[in-house]
Amino acid sequence: MSDQEMTKKIEVQGTTKIFGKNTKRAAQLLNEGKSKKEILQATGATVGVKNASFDVYDGEIFVIMGLSGSGKSTLVRMLNRLIDPTMGKILIDGKDIVEMNKEQLREVRRKKIGMVFQNFALFPHKTIQENTEYGLEIQGIAKETRLEKAKESLRLVGLAGYEEQYPNQLSGGMQQRVGLARALANDPDVLLMDEAFSALDPLIRKDMQDELLQLHHDMGKTIIFITHDLDEALRIGDRIALMKDGDIVQIGTPEEILMSPSNEYVERFVEDVDLSKVLTAWHIMKKADTVQVDRGARVALRLMKKLSISSIYVVDKGNRLLGAVTAQDALTATEEGKLLEDVLIRDITKVSQDTVLTDLFDTVSTASVPVAVVDEREHLQGIIIRGALIGALAGNGQFINNDPVATGVNEVTDHE
Amino acid sequence: MNNLLPRLPFADWIDDGVDWLVDTFGTVFDGISAFLKGTVEGAVTLMDLVPSILLAVIFAVIAYFLSTRGIALFTLIGLLFIDYLGYWYPMLQMLALVLTSVAIALLIGIPLGIWGSQQATVKKIINPILDLMQTMPAFVYLLPAIFFFNIGVVPGVVASVIFSMPPTIRLTMLGIEQVPKDLIEATEAFGSKTSQRLLKVQIPLAKSTIMAGVNQSIMLSLSMVVIASMVGAPGLGEEVYRSVTQLKTGKGFETGLSIVIVAIILDRITQHAGNRKNKKVAK
Repeated sequence: MSDQEMTKKIEVQGTTKIFGKNTKRAAQLLNEGKSKKEILQATGATVGVKNASFDVYDGEIFVIMGLSGSGKSTLVRMLNRLIDPTMGKILIDGKDIVEMNKEQLREVRRKKIGMVFQNFALFPHKTIQENTEYGLEIQGIAKETRLEKAKESLRLVGLAGYEEQYPNQLSGGMQQRVGLARALANDPDVLLMDEAFSALDPLIRKDMQDELLQLHHDMGKTIIFITHDLDEALRIGDRIALMKDGDIVQIGTPEEILMSPSNEYVERFVEDVDLSKVLTAWHIMKKADTVQVDRGARVALRLMKKLSISSIYVVDKGNRLLGAVTAQDALTATEEGKLLEDVLIRDITKVSQDTVLTDLFDTVSTASVPVAVVDEREHLQGIIIRGALIGALAGNGQFINNDPVATGVNEVTDHE
Repeated sequence: MNNLLPRLPFADWIDDGVDWLVDTFGTVFDGISAFLKGTVEGAVTLMDLVPSILLAVIFAVIAYFLSTRGIALFTLIGLLFIDYLGYWYPMLQMLALVLTSVAIALLIGIPLGIWGSQQATVKKIINPILDLMQTMPAFVYLLPAIFFFNIGVVPGVVASVIFSMPPTIRLTMLGIEQVPKDLIEATEAFGSKTSQRLLKVQIPLAKSTIMAGVNQSIMLSLSMVVIASMVGAPGLGEEVYRSVTQLKTGKGFETGLSIVIVAIILDRITQHAGNRKNKKVAK
């Protein structure tokens, strides 16, 4: 989502939640820099979330991740004030919801924020249809409109035809789809998902993650996703906030968290991550040397000699990848006076830059020329060489790109 | 002990208090009395207009719709048996007393229970009062009831209401509190008003627990009919009481059995009415 415009949807500013009776004294101790444990001993109050500040941009999937007791569920509940913050501001579209009265808050909950719960929280006495309609029903929306929107919403999550069933007749995965449909029926800008897939078994969970990504892609809602599962966080998050003991320890993209952990805790957390499922072709691709097709075989040959390489990629004027040519073929073409086009190897392996490394092993090991990374319009982005693939898996940062400027195409022009 | 501490005249204070209430609110009590008497007697008159066999059939049909065929059959046979024994009219009088007092108990008890479930303070105040109401020997309610409402059916109704209300209040509170927390969060997260949360989610889900409370209230109210007869409430209870005072064992059993039959009918019907919806959901 980094290429979308970065409008701030939610701004959390110095938000703190202290549970217990003596919150004023606890807040004072917190300002003095005392730890959660010291405050508990001194006042009996528990610090749930400690001075959290972050922005969530419009249209991104922001994952809040942490182990149980880290304060992530408390934090997400403060975003729609199911839990009232002790201190701090929470701006949604620039308006502070902490300051809102009941009426205004209700309006925000009805129109702007939908929520999906860990254990689904479906109403057992209502049918799937009635469950999905709930958010609309309490707004007093006409029966026909409600029916239509709920049906549409159920269709989106793949549950058309289950309208008249009751929740306990459905499997866990399906129940959570209802939970999602219920949240979507209101057409909110923001979806809060509290450990939404944690109660599902691994295969179903993966399906749901895929579907969520698809829905997100189609509908472009801002999603705040809570999880304790790092793999899940890395898989779906545009950005991740890692929490520990009520503190946000690090905020960053999955790569940033993996590649430059801000402290020992994060480091320990991410050390067991299977990099091959996280890193993509984009991370390990190198600049590609190319030659434009109309420059001819002779130029291609000279370039290869100059760069000491045995093959080179050939592109058209618009930098669209046409194929590759080997030094041997280029030589033959020069001798026989053929065009470069005639000796092109057009059948080359191309991958997209989102391909994860796991899916690259086979391709890279069998390819005779380096694998080309292209975008959806066949523009050459870079190439993958075996050494970089292995180096990246070993966690060697020198093979991993974090900076998009460093990649791209090196258009070789041969000025004589 | 008696010598060390002056004996505080609690009994006198309570007597004075009752006298003051009677003097000050006499007309109010008269009004309530007239209303209750009218209700109970009206109900008896109404039911007595219908021939006994037809009424038994009507009750059986009601039982069929609220519960099962078996219970409907038992209702029909049971009521006809009471008619056969010759206790039809006392049975109607008892039924009117029980249903009136239960109706009042529910009318006060369910809203109180809902209120208590929403406000911790209210619950804290209600709970010890309920303990008192349930543990105080039921006879004690009869005495002030006589002062306020004279003898007859009315003090019986009042005593029954007080005695039978606690389970309804308690189980209403319990049922609403037992609705899982994440469902409450879900209603809140979608922007429900308190009334919407209660009416659309909490009360429907608490229904079977509330019905268990209603069932308990009916049973407690039935257990009061004999006691109520001591202050002049008519009905099967009065027959039992008379049999006891006259040492008529046989008649005592006949009337006692009639009360049991009515109790079983009311118990089974209310139990089933409470579980009906749940069965549909759980199938």
